[in-house]
Amino acid sequence: MIPAQKAFLSGNEAVAAGVRLARPHVIAAYPITPQTTVIERLAEMVEDDSLKAEYLHVESEHSALSACIGASAVGARTFTATSSQGLLYMAECLHYASGGRFPVVMMNANRSLALPWNIYGDQRDSLSLLDCGWIQVYAEDAQESLDLIIHGYAIAEDPHVLTPFMINLDGFLITHTYELVNLPTQEDVDVFLPPFRTVNKMDLDHPMSLAFTAGPAYNQSFKQLQHQAMMSASKVIFETEERFGQLFGRHYPGLIETIHCDDAEFILVTLGSVAGTVRPVVEKLRSLGERVGLVRIRYMRPFPDTEISTALAGAKSVGVLEKDISFGYEGTVFTNVNSALMRAKVLPPRLLNFVGGLGGKDISATDIERLFLRLKSPDDGETVAFI
Amino acid sequence: MEKQLHLSDKKISIRDLGDREYFYGHKACPGCGGSLALRLALKVLGERSYAVVPAGCMSAVGFIFPQMAFSCNAIISTFPGTASMLSGVAAGARALGIKDFHAVGFAGDGGTADIGLQALSGAIDRHDKIMYICYDNEAYMNTGVQKSSLTPIGARTTTSPAGKRLKGAVTHKKPMFEIVAAHGIDYAATASVGYPLDYLRKLEYASKVDGTSYIHVFAPCPVGWGHDTSDTISVAKNAVDCGLWFLAEFSDGKFTLNHKPGKFTSAENYLLGQSRFRHLGEEDVKDILAERDSRWSRILSEWSL
Amino acid sequence: MNYPVRQKSFKQPKVLADYPVGTAFPAGHLVETNASWRSHRPVIDAAKCTNCRICRLLCPDGVIHNSTPQGLEIDYDYCKGCGICAKECRQKAIRMENEGV
Repeated sequence: MIPAQKAFLSGNEAVAAGVRLARPHVIAAYPITPQTTVIERLAEMVEDDSLKAEYLHVESEHSALSACIGASAVGARTFTATSSQGLLYMAECLHYASGGRFPVVMMNANRSLALPWNIYGDQRDSLSLLDCGWIQVYAEDAQESLDLIIHGYAIAEDPHVLTPFMINLDGFLITHTYELVNLPTQEDVDVFLPPFRTVNKMDLDHPMSLAFTAGPAYNQSFKQLQHQAMMSASKVIFETEERFGQLFGRHYPGLIETIHCDDAEFILVTLGSVAGTVRPVVEKLRSLGERVGLVRIRYMRPFPDTEISTALAGAKSVGVLEKDISFGYEGTVFTNVNSALMRAKVLPPRLLNFVGGLGGKDISATDIERLFLRLKSPDDGETVAFI
Repeated sequence: MEKQLHLSDKKISIRDLGDREYFYGHKACPGCGGSLALRLALKVLGERSYAVVPAGCMSAVGFIFPQMAFSCNAIISTFPGTASMLSGVAAGARALGIKDFHAVGFAGDGGTADIGLQALSGAIDRHDKIMYICYDNEAYMNTGVQKSSLTPIGARTTTSPAGKRLKGAVTHKKPMFEIVAAHGIDYAATASVGYPLDYLRKLEYASKVDGTSYIHVFAPCPVGWGHDTSDTISVAKNAVDCGLWFLAEFSDGKFTLNHKPGKFTSAENYLLGQSRFRHLGEEDVKDILAERDSRWSRILSEWSL
Repeated sequence: MNYPVRQKSFKQPKVLADYPVGTAFPAGHLVETNASWRSHRPVIDAAKCTNCRICRLLCPDGVIHNSTPQGLEIDYDYCKGCGICAKECRQKAIRMENEGV
């Protein structure tokens, strides 16, 4: 392994660095806060020729993903990035890419959805599109963001998967904060990530019809195959992380990460960057003798149901902390976690949904301590609590 | 013999088109003008084509698993995304080092002038090396004949019915040819399946343009327009001969009128020969003729002949 | 092959493994004919035909083929009987014959 460099990068800049290393053929993206610096860095890299890609200045997000699908349909590796309103604008194309089995990789800057208008980070945008057939992973920091880009292409393009891949970074909290990042070398990434090869493409030597119609007799079978491919992605994710760890020295823990869950009574389940705030609180409470734990969900699709039910099996009180709400019921992560617990017939005596951070509302270490206190306190009858 | 002028000096005849068919076994209605337009385009462009076809008649009839009517590479795009998918196809092929190919789109009038206009505008603005063909059957035919912005004034559609109060569509056709020309597009042309040799010539010319080209081909729909399936070609020719459609090109900032009819044939016969116009009264036809005449006086004074 | 013919050997997919990867399938793959659509079929009178091939040019389904240097042949599997060829023939060499119900 060639010694790698280090650089002081924002989450967005780390994503751009990862994209350059992945050697995409076509980049098509439309600017939206807080994604903009990703595509600005990529434009600079194309300008100085350090990234040899076709860069399309598309006139909308729908066109961005549409163009990526077109490029993927001739066998090209593609990248796009967006956020909130833009993600929703391309919603039709998300289903199109996943149903067409085009392994597009996209970075989404998690941002609140209008109305009201708000440019700050919450997770309502991607979580409202959990059913669209994309693999969804949530990064905690800039290093993981860069690494997930490289993982993303390897997983998405695997012939058993062929499913588009969405990497979520909390808006501003990760996209615009800086940290020291290890940069893999191009040589190492070229070894890890071979060129994109697929049969699912238009080919001048073997003409194909793509993105066709399938009527009632056939349609469900195509959808079932798509579902199976997403389910089989779990195995590919583990194998990819294994390979990545061996080559680059950073070992990722799979679909979820668990901290002190083995003997924890009170566990918080989180998604995205807030885990960074929870970790030191867990250590502090542990040092005071409190049996607390943290589950950081990384992949929301495919959903790590067995991993989660195993991690939560011994807990007395579980709080699912998420930055979204499905209006009229509960948070989407909470729904998914509960479903996993039910399937495994694991039912902690108490399950709470903490909805917070909407529109970029700050969540502090003190707030986290209060949540653990609440998990320890008697049941007050509330299941969904806005914090 | 009316005066004819073309940017291309290369005439294409049926004998120049090879024996291969690239759009065959499709489920379009008998006598469909759009399917003829698509079939002829692919015969000119040949096997190294990537066809992008949005939701609409041509995609609905050409890609019904397991019946694939396209013999060249083809893909259905989202309804708004024909031009952006075309840009992606062209960029992807270029990045992969693929040479000597055509990225060609076939969208209907709705998919071009309404829902697809934004993406088309973007592609023209980028001068992406693509061909965009709009087959204009003057309504959303695939979904059952609803009004589009290219439905001509007075035409009955299911969403612009003709009754006691309103007489069909109440607005004029959006001037798509002039709109793409105003972008400064590298090449644009209007055509008609009623003048097939003119259309073939423009297809061949467009295929060589190093940039974005747009061909707007008038394609009658027997079902939606209410005429006999065997009359598609003559209806398409009459539209040009009576002045309600025109054959022109745009390139290098200049408009060129290809075909100036000596004397217009009867527009009334053209209109009343289709059941979608049969409700029109004398005054309505007069209004249509007045609009036609004012358009032609502008064309004749501003465009070169 | 200048134009596709019906794939008589095509087997309908029965299990998931029979399905293609993605929504991708070989081009020019036909399993059905369109012959049943028509009530009239075009018949070319070879004596009157001058081989100008306007019918071939204008057929929306492309079913009139150059079969020999002298004559044209209609693929009745895919002719829908629209009548454009008969209408446009300058020599009136094509007649539309009623095929009955």
